[in-house]
Amino acid sequence: MRSRQIIRQVLLLVGGIIMLMPFIWMISTSLEQGGLQNYVEAWTRVPFGTYFLNTLLVTSLTLIGVLITSSLAAYSFGTMEYPGRDKLFLLFLSTMMVPQPVYLAPSYVLLAKLGWVDTYLALIVPWITNVFSIFLLRQHFMTLPKSLYEAARLDGCSRFGYLWRVALPLSKSVIATIMLFNVIGSWNSFMWPLVVTHSEKLRVLQVGLSYFNQEQSSNYQLLMAASTFSILPLLLLFLLAQKHLVASYSRSGLKD
Amino acid sequence: MRTGSRISPYLYILPALIIVICFRTIPILASFTASFADYDIGGFHGFVGFSNYERMLTDARFWNSVSNTVFFVLGVVPAGIAIPLLLAMLLRGDLRGKAFYRTIYFLPVVTSAVAVSVVWTWLFKPEAGPVNGVIMALGGDPLMWLREPRGIFEMMLSPLGLNPKGIFAGPSLALVSLMIVSVWKSIGYNTVLFLAGLENISNTYYEAAKLDGAGKWGTFRHVTWPLLSPTTFYVLIMSTIASFQTFALVYVMTPPPGGGPLGTTNVIVFYLFQKAFDRFDIGYASAISVFLFIVLLFLTIIQRRFGERRVHYS
Repeated sequence: MRSRQIIRQVLLLVGGIIMLMPFIWMISTSLEQGGLQNYVEAWTRVPFGTYFLNTLLVTSLTLIGVLITSSLAAYSFGTMEYPGRDKLFLLFLSTMMVPQPVYLAPSYVLLAKLGWVDTYLALIVPWITNVFSIFLLRQHFMTLPKSLYEAARLDGCSRFGYLWRVALPLSKSVIATIMLFNVIGSWNSFMWPLVVTHSEKLRVLQVGLSYFNQEQSSNYQLLMAASTFSILPLLLLFLLAQKHLVASYSRSGLKD
Repeated sequence: MRTGSRISPYLYILPALIIVICFRTIPILASFTASFADYDIGGFHGFVGFSNYERMLTDARFWNSVSNTVFFVLGVVPAGIAIPLLLAMLLRGDLRGKAFYRTIYFLPVVTSAVAVSVVWTWLFKPEAGPVNGVIMALGGDPLMWLREPRGIFEMMLSPLGLNPKGIFAGPSLALVSLMIVSVWKSIGYNTVLFLAGLENISNTYYEAAKLDGAGKWGTFRHVTWPLLSPTTFYVLIMSTIASFQTFALVYVMTPPPGGGPLGTTNVIVFYLFQKAFDRFDIGYASAISVFLFIVLLFLTIIQRRFGERRVHYS
């Protein structure tokens, strides 16, 4: 029994080292020759500060939008009864079956018609709703007992008041899941911002890093330094919230 | 009932509905419509029936991207099941450092595809890259990795005097390099899914197997594998769908931007991207989108149809 435990530990440790190796190489290469100076150099050679601020802005505004629209829609879909509800919900769900690359080109044409290409609007507005988040929250709202709603209404709570003061505070775990998924999704999103923005002042981190990679393709110390600081925020978020995050991924079976 | 409360359910969904209709439903329908149109950089030139689809059938580059994608899926999916399943078996039950291992294995999942690609481009660099460094330290010959257009079967068989051509040459080493990165990035996610699946299998089955005198392999073969099949099936379909959509790895890792040596890493979503945004050939790109959609829809339907029936909610 004891030796079996040791074999497990050895195998997992070797696997773990292989998994970690790219990160270790990334950090050690980023410190070669210039040391921490490489980070300063990478940060200032192209406006990574702007890329960070753009990403932060897009991620946070998208998140706020998703939280508002999802709570409202999930509340309606999950707790109210009215004609057409199920058909509307099906309309929402059906869009989840179509992956983004399929409608990327027409989306671009639409944004061009709206005059939104190369604006913050194009980066944010199409993503302020997330059907999967609505779905998760609706499932949760459906589990809240109806008697709770009736009691709150008897106490003079308005319909919206019930959502704000009762239903949402009882959904903290689902909301945390939604926040994590959406933050990771926006922070790492690449194809969309690559297509809908052109100017450097609107570049988000992923697009900026990809251009930096093309421009500095032989300057590995700087590239590794830039990679390190661009994954750092999510890495910290992951380490802080990993228990909840891993549980959310395994429950919902969803990848970005 | 007051009018206000009759329309208010609709008001609650309105913000989400507007976004869904404007930025999902309309573009999706437009994609189908545009696939029957002549729509290029000069704008809309009228409907042309199935001619975009006819063009697709005879476009060698398109079929090259399809075969690259199929190679990619056939490489990534089985490895993305076998390795995580093994890891989940090792991680199952009481184990010291379980949380630590889970963190390490999960790290690449939350790391952006672009950063991962930048780092692996360096690791695979033919001159002085760490991967070749390890190979040379072990006495092997350095490889070209991301810059190698030759098929891997061709490379393996040519010392024997064989020279397989076309599809028999296999995926290029460049494409295989992308597969390695893709598997590395998704191991943690699939492991977590398998671990959840394993922990759902009731201990009574294992006790029964023990009473019947089943060995390690027998227990896996007759208890774990069949009871885990819903999870395995889910992972299989979901990784297939995800692999069909690979883009960022190709775009960042295989210059000139994307598509790789002799187009051997040009996968379907990348080809679609090139047609739509380098050439602005929206009509043709839409036909490719519809093709992609049909393949993915087919997989989703299989998953719904067979997956749900076989799931054990015990």
